[in-house]
Amino acid sequence: MSEPIIELKHVDAGYPGVTILRDVTFDVMKGEVFILLGGSGCGKSTVMKHMIGLNPVLSGELRLAGLEWSAKTRAALCRKIGVMYQSGALFGSMTCLENVLLPLEEFTRLKGAERVERAMMLLDDVELADAAHKLPHEISGGMRKRVAIARAMALDPDVVFLDEPSAGLDPITSSALDDLILKLKTETGKTFVVVTHELPSIFKIADRCAMFDKARHGMIALGTPAGLRDGSKDPFVLKFFNRGEIHGK
Amino acid sequence: MAGIFESVGRWTVNGWRSQRANMAFLGETVCEAMGMVVHPRRFRFADSALAFQRAAFDGLPISTGIGFLLGVILAFQSAAALQMFGVEVYVADLLAIGLFRELGPLVTAIILAGRSGSAFAAEIGTMKVDEELDALTTMGLPPVRFLVLPRVVAAVLAMPVLTIFAELAGLVGGAIVLQMMNVPTVVFWRHVEATTSVFMISFGLAKGALFGLLVGLVGCSAGMRTSSTADGVGAAATSAVVGGIVAIAVTDGILAVLCYVWQL
Repeated sequence: MSEPIIELKHVDAGYPGVTILRDVTFDVMKGEVFILLGGSGCGKSTVMKHMIGLNPVLSGELRLAGLEWSAKTRAALCRKIGVMYQSGALFGSMTCLENVLLPLEEFTRLKGAERVERAMMLLDDVELADAAHKLPHEISGGMRKRVAIARAMALDPDVVFLDEPSAGLDPITSSALDDLILKLKTETGKTFVVVTHELPSIFKIADRCAMFDKARHGMIALGTPAGLRDGSKDPFVLKFFNRGEIHGK
Repeated sequence: MAGIFESVGRWTVNGWRSQRANMAFLGETVCEAMGMVVHPRRFRFADSALAFQRAAFDGLPISTGIGFLLGVILAFQSAAALQMFGVEVYVADLLAIGLFRELGPLVTAIILAGRSGSAFAAEIGTMKVDEELDALTTMGLPPVRFLVLPRVVAAVLAMPVLTIFAELAGLVGGAIVLQMMNVPTVVFWRHVEATTSVFMISFGLAKGALFGLLVGLVGCSAGMRTSSTADGVGAAATSAVVGGIVAIAVTDGILAVLCYVWQL
């Protein structure tokens, strides 16, 4: 975890005409689980959309693996990232296996049988080999998210982005998903950037987190979850983490 | 008064933005289509075949049925007038020219806009709401290549198939009506044969394919521009049907003028 893989310097985040966060500066280090944290509507998903190249930053500098998002670098940068969206975003007309096969078919020179073998291995990693031939609507929300993680990992990306992995899941399924993220991190050494506001997940999986505040339109804290909980003097940070502790007891 | 200016201004700005988005979509589609010519293996044949099946085969009963009724109605309406002169047999000529040149492609295209244009918009719109378009984009797969081109190609190929069936059904309808008016079916078909030409039929089918292109593009464009609100997909489907029919009508008008000028 020595060198940064994502660098944000004085980034203004938002959409044309709407600035949600101002002057955001932080680095994500290789091999860490980095959490984008904050209340609803604070702009954490917007920051992730900038990181994955869906929206350009309003100002400032955002580099992924040393490159800024542009028409020239898009193809190269897309190969370096894998994304799991909040809904899973699996293609409804394809089976789970076909969803995982899609990036392999489009971007690798593997032969048919090799592709299937690799896709089945990925599904096995997320413990869903049995559901390979099911359509997304035939499996649960938690399973869909796991298939989406397998698809995100298909091209062996450097960074995996997970948008609200716990959203809409019961605590047991959510905890199992956290275990899966930790397992993948340990086994693959990849960098994970996770958008969430679920405190149990944060304390379980995060190496570091950046916290955003809607009212102040900016990043208000950066550090380890325990460090923020115990060391921050910011009333919003304290309130956020204490609320979590009370719920946790 | 200020409200009127504000409304006109907003309408103008929104219209400009919409047209700019349409132009950008068209440009991207043309670029991707040219890319397909260079790399045909990248084209998603299976997706296109599925869209063709839904647009052509599933749409065959409705377009054939409407074509048949169109022939029956036209025959009855025109026979009433032509009977006064004792030349009801010319209903066959009227039907052949009307269906092959104009009504066959036009009515079929309107049916396609209602069935498949709206379906394209709803499918792609739902995918957008479910973040599937974002997923494609971040995988490095252009949604236009993946979703739009297969559907547009399917619509272009489906239209001639649907059109020819609608036209033949219309002629059968007309033949039945004239049979009831004591015009032998053989005479009816001889008149049809004498009136039509390969060029006339080909022109109608080519026009149908052009209408299919418009329906596909308008439907997919509406889907790609779906907003993420609750009524976004419904609005996109409506926009696809209305936009598709307007595009068909305008293009047909332009073609009618050109045919008159060039005496086709």
